[in-house]
Amino acid sequence: MSEIKNQDEKAVFEKIKEDLLRPVKTNYWGYNALIVSLLTLIAAALYAYYFQLRDGLGVTAMTDYVSWGIYIASFVFFVAVALVGMLISAVVGLVGQKWITPVGRIAEMIALAFVMMAGIIIVVDMGRPDRLLNVFLHFRFQSPIFWDVTVVTTYVAISTLLLLLPMLPDLGIMRNHLKGEVPQWKWMLYNILSLGWVGTPKQYQILHRTLRVLLILIIPVAMSIHTVTSWLSALTLRAGWDSTIFGPYYVSGAFVAGSGAVLVAMYFIRRGYGLQNYITDYHFDKMGKLMVLVSLVYLYFNLNEFLVPGYKMKTHDAIHLHTLFSGEYSLMFWLTQTFGLILPIVLGLFKKMRKPFPLMLIGASLVIGAWYKRVIIIVPTLIHAHLPIQNVPKDFTEYNPTGMEITITIGVIATAVLIVAILAKLFPVVPIWETAHEKGVDIEKDL
Amino acid sequence: MDQNNTTVSTTRRGFLKKFGVTLGTLGVVSALGVVSSCNTADPNKKFRFLNAEGEWVEVDITKMDVHLTELQKRGREGIPGKKFVMVIDLAKCQNARQCMAACQTAHHLKPEQHHINVLRMENDDLTGHYFMPKPCQHCDNPPCTKVCPVDATFQRQDGIVLIDNERCIGCRFCIAACPYSARIFNWTEPKPFEEDIDRIYDVELNVPQKKGTISKCLFSADRLRIGKLPYCVSACPNGVYWFGDANEDVVTNGTSKESTRLSTLLEEKGAYTLLPELGTKPSVYYLPPRDRLIKYNYDGKNYLGEDEPDNPHHG
Repeated sequence: MSEIKNQDEKAVFEKIKEDLLRPVKTNYWGYNALIVSLLTLIAAALYAYYFQLRDGLGVTAMTDYVSWGIYIASFVFFVAVALVGMLISAVVGLVGQKWITPVGRIAEMIALAFVMMAGIIIVVDMGRPDRLLNVFLHFRFQSPIFWDVTVVTTYVAISTLLLLLPMLPDLGIMRNHLKGEVPQWKWMLYNILSLGWVGTPKQYQILHRTLRVLLILIIPVAMSIHTVTSWLSALTLRAGWDSTIFGPYYVSGAFVAGSGAVLVAMYFIRRGYGLQNYITDYHFDKMGKLMVLVSLVYLYFNLNEFLVPGYKMKTHDAIHLHTLFSGEYSLMFWLTQTFGLILPIVLGLFKKMRKPFPLMLIGASLVIGAWYKRVIIIVPTLIHAHLPIQNVPKDFTEYNPTGMEITITIGVIATAVLIVAILAKLFPVVPIWETAHEKGVDIEKDL
Repeated sequence: MDQNNTTVSTTRRGFLKKFGVTLGTLGVVSALGVVSSCNTADPNKKFRFLNAEGEWVEVDITKMDVHLTELQKRGREGIPGKKFVMVIDLAKCQNARQCMAACQTAHHLKPEQHHINVLRMENDDLTGHYFMPKPCQHCDNPPCTKVCPVDATFQRQDGIVLIDNERCIGCRFCIAACPYSARIFNWTEPKPFEEDIDRIYDVELNVPQKKGTISKCLFSADRLRIGKLPYCVSACPNGVYWFGDANEDVVTNGTSKESTRLSTLLEEKGAYTLLPELGTKPSVYYLPPRDRLIKYNYDGKNYLGEDEPDNPHHG
C-alpha cells in the first residue's frame, strides 16, 4: 500500500488496472476445475429433471400432506440470499459507508444469480411447467404468487441495472485497454456493454444520479420480494406459518444468509485472484461486524417467532413447537439455530474471528444453516394438519427428500454458483474506477 | 386497397396484430392442453363426453375444443338459484366407507386418494371416539380459491368449489391453504381407465384425472346437473348424509330419500361446522355424534389395509 502512495498517479492507476484486470485475462486451472464440476452437477440435475418431467412430481418425496418440500425451501433460500445485493449496495451504501467499494459488485453478482434461480426452482416445483404461460394469461391479482412473479421480475431487472451501470466506466477501460489481450468475442462484449462510455463529467453526473435513484428504488422492491415470499406461507391458516411477523422475520433472516454468502465469495475470490491488496482484512472485519449486526436482528425475530406462541401453547402451535424443540425435527432445528445463528454471533464479537479464514467458515456455516432453516420453516408445518391424517400410506406423514429431488436441487444451486463464477471471471470483481478514485487518481484523463 | 396501403399495414400495426393473434393462439392452445392430449394427424378420431342428460355423446376431433370450452363454461357458471349444502349426521356413521368407495370409483381415484375421507375422531381423552366423513367443506370464504394464481380453482354461484385441471399449473398453493386437507394432487400418472381414453374432460366430474394437477371433492356437480344426489350421499347405507339446497331450505337423506326442512334439522340437532374459528364459512354441517348407533370399533388397519396406530389426534 505504502509504495503505491509514493508513485505518481499514472503508475498507481496502471497498477490498479493491471491487478484488477489480471483475473479477466488469466486462465486458472482451479477456476476451470470449478466450472467443470459445476457443469457435472447441473448435467446430473437435468438428467433427474427429465425423469421428473416424464413421471411427474411423484419422483419426489412430496405427498398430499407435505405438498411443498426442499424445492420451495430452496426458493425461499434463493430469494433470501439475493437480498444481500440490496443490503450492501443500498442500505450500507446509502448511509455513506465507503468500505463496501470492493464488496458491492460481488454482492450484486450473487443477488442476480440467486434471484434468477429462485424463478427457476419455482418452475421445477410446478406440476405442469408446460402451462407456465397460464400465470400470465389467467393471472389473478388476489394470488400472492402473482405478486411474487411481479416483484421477482422487477428485482431481476433492477439488480441487472445495479450490476451493469456502475460497471460502465470499468467497461470503458476494458474496451480501451484489452483489445488484443482477450479473445475477440470478449472484447466485442465489453465494447457493446460499455454503451459508448467515454467518461465525460456529464456522463459521470448522469451515472451518479441514476444510481442514486436505483439504490433508493431497490429498497422497497427487495423488501417486497421477500415479504411476499413470506406471505406465501403466512397468508395460510396453518400453525407455524400463521404469523404476523413473517415478513420482517424473513427479511432479517435473508440478510444473515446473504452476508454469509458474500463472506464465502469474498474469501475465495480474494484468494483465487490474489486480490489481497484490494479485498483486505479491513473489509472482512467490516463485513464480519455487519454479519453480527444482522444476525442479532434475526435473533430478535426468532425470539418473537418462537417464544410468543410457545408461552401460550395453543393446540396446534404446541404440536408444531414440540416437533421443532423436542420432536422429529429437533436435531435439525437446534443444529440450525446453533450454527446458523448463535455461534456466528458469539464468534463474530471477537476481533480474532473477524479475519478472512474464520469468517469464511462462519459464512459457510451461515449459508448451510440458512438453507436448513428454510426447510424447517416449510416442512414441519405441513406434517401436522388441523384434522387427523388417516387412511393414507404411512409415509404421507413424513418427508424424506428422494435422491432425485436432492440431485435437482443441488443442480439449481450449482447453476447459481456457476453464474456468479462466470460473472466474476468475465468482469472485474473489484471496481477499477472507484478503487482508483479512492486512491486519488483522476481517472477521467485515462479515458 | 392499393399496393401502398397493403405495404403499410404489414408494418407496425400488422405486426402487432399478428403478434396478438399468435399470442392468443398460443394461449388457447396451452390453456386447453390439446397439444399433449390429441393427435391432430388423425381426422377420423372421435372424442366422447357425457352430455347434460347423462348420455354419452361422440364428437369429431374438430369439434373437441368447442365441447371442452362448453363444458368448462357450464362448469364455471354452476346452477342458477341454487346453494348446495350437505348435512352429515355423525350419530349415524358406522364407518361403512361406502361413500369413500363410491367417490373413488366415480372420480377414478387411486386407493390413497380421497375426495371424502372417514376420520376416526376423539376430541379429548374422556370424550370417546366417533367417525367423521370429511368431504371438501365448499366454504363461502374459501382460502384455496383466493391463492390460486390462474383461477383454476373457483367458487360457482351455487356455492360449489371446483377445479379445472385443464388450467391448473400444479403449484399446490391451494393444498397449503386448505385447513381441511380436502385437496389431493396427481403426483404421478392417474389410474388408467379404459373409458378415459379419448374422453373430453368434464370439469364437473374432474375426469379424466391429469398428472400434475389438483383434484378435490366436487359435491358431485355432474350428478347435481342431472338432478341426482352426490355419489357418496347415495352410497351411504346408514342414513348419514342429507343433501339439498339452502335457498329452498330442503335437504334429502341419501339412504331413506325422505326430505326435511334444513333449518329445522340444523336447529333441532344442534348442528355445527368444522373449525368455525377460521372464518371459512363451510357449506357442510355436522350433527353432533350423540347417541351413536355403534360402539367405536377399530381393528388397527387403515383404509388401505396397512397398520395404523390408534392415534386419531394428529396422524
